[in-house]
Amino acid sequence: MKYWTGAIALLIVAIVAGVAFVLWDEAALSIRTFGWDFWRTSVWDPVAGEFGARPFIWGTLYSSILALLIATPVAIGIAVFLSDWCPHALRTPLVFLTELLAAIPSIVYGLWGIFVLVPAVRELQLALPDWIRAMPLFSGPPVGVSMLSAAVVLAIMIVPFTSSVAREVLKSVPASQREAAYAVGATRWEATVVALHNARTGILGAVMLGFGRALGETMAVTMVIGNNPQAKWSLFAPQYTMSAVIANEFTEAADQLHLDSLVEIGLVLFVITLVVNLASRALVWRLNRARTA
Amino acid sequence: MNLRDTRRRALSTVMYGLSILSVVAALIPVAMILFFVVGKGIGALSLDFFLHTPKPVGEVGGGMANAILGSLLMVGLGALFAIPIGIISGIFLTEYPDSRLTPIVRFAADTLNGVPSIVIGVFVYTLLVLPVKQFSGFAGGVALGVMMLPLITRTTEELLRLVPTALREGAYALGATRPRAVFTVVLPAALPGILTGVILALARTAGETAPLLFTALNNQFWSTSLNQPMASLTVQVYTYAISPYDDWHRQAWAGALVLVMIVFLCSLAARLATRRLERMSVGR
Repeated sequence: MKYWTGAIALLIVAIVAGVAFVLWDEAALSIRTFGWDFWRTSVWDPVAGEFGARPFIWGTLYSSILALLIATPVAIGIAVFLSDWCPHALRTPLVFLTELLAAIPSIVYGLWGIFVLVPAVRELQLALPDWIRAMPLFSGPPVGVSMLSAAVVLAIMIVPFTSSVAREVLKSVPASQREAAYAVGATRWEATVVALHNARTGILGAVMLGFGRALGETMAVTMVIGNNPQAKWSLFAPQYTMSAVIANEFTEAADQLHLDSLVEIGLVLFVITLVVNLASRALVWRLNRARTA
Repeated sequence: MNLRDTRRRALSTVMYGLSILSVVAALIPVAMILFFVVGKGIGALSLDFFLHTPKPVGEVGGGMANAILGSLLMVGLGALFAIPIGIISGIFLTEYPDSRLTPIVRFAADTLNGVPSIVIGVFVYTLLVLPVKQFSGFAGGVALGVMMLPLITRTTEELLRLVPTALREGAYALGATRPRAVFTVVLPAALPGILTGVILALARTAGETAPLLFTALNNQFWSTSLNQPMASLTVQVYTYAISPYDDWHRQAWAGALVLVMIVFLCSLAARLATRRLERMSVGR
């Protein structure tokens, strides 16, 4: 039984290895043709056969980091409330609600983004005074589809992931830690600080997990970011991400080089999310091991 | 009470307020999304939506019957191979924790779970679509199956771990071999929980769009052929959402409402089932 169940379990390993190999193999032409310049140049012109992926990697990283900045304080606040301060009767429905949020399909977030959030962002931009709109961070025509819309949708989507892992981590802090804090006269917040400090690696892991989700998210971002390959600081500029360009151009890739360039973007996206997920697991896992030891 | 203590108490109260505020901040978008999906979706949801196929541009009406069928077929196809592989892998992970393969499989399952769904789409495309130059429902089903696999594996593992060792020891005491103990005693004990986990995994994958974009593509007609392009609820919602037609937007909202209802009902069912299971194991 050990051998045949093991053989079937090995299929999962084979799939992961297969993903890595197939992507590497298919991206070969693009890697050979462009080398590192692929990631340094910014011209994306399938007709002329020029492929530079810098705007995409910029858009992916920028939107995910912005989302992280918005989502992290909220997620940790929720985790603290649910693990330390929440009245018992409220806890179950709130936990259920956050879990439900994590399960809503990203296409639904995208639909809401297109028809509700994007017009709201456009209104916001029009309402800003001219001297603010002259600043590089807020410049650009008021179209609504923008980096800011993408970051907000992403933030809404990753809050449930980060907060549920952070809550688990906070729950695993031994009660004696908080009790000791109370015993020396700590206020409620000070006891929470002790718990947060104790759980800091795990919390960092939770944040990284959210980051990994944001990096790979496709549909919702594609629908609101504007799909314009330019690397800009402006929050209101339409930009592009790695996953979005694959979603938009893959079926229309005209020639082998175009297709391979898109696969190379997929390969790098795979590697980045792999590294981020590994780091976050390692952090959460180290914490758990220290607890049981 | 001195000033310092007052300040500490005040800080504590402020932080308490901030944590409540963050819960509210997270609930506002949820409420808004649900409000819009229900509000805009319910008007467009009619019997036609479930019974008719899409009408050409310009003709009002039509529905997503073919897309609903396509989603069911592809989720079913994915489940057909993800459920057995996932459950058996989960059994392997719990039964042989000391095997050298175990950490590798667990690591692979976690990795696969974190792979962006669009990348899974690219993978299945190069594997199943590119060689035959044909988008197909089969490729879409395989892509969804790959998405489900790590979810089912880890759920099975977690739930098998919850089965009391006394049950297994009882089976051994009666002279059962290991496979017999696992398949006739341990697995059945955990089965209700595993099934709810599987239902959740299916619901979650039914909401996936990215892996289907260039595997199953889309189809405007009623089709059950697995080697032809196949429509799905999610891709259809996407196509309609980015189209310029008001009637299609209405249908996109209706499709979104159906997707949210599926997820909501499955989560609720899973929640109730888990609660019953927990009560049972406490009662034991």
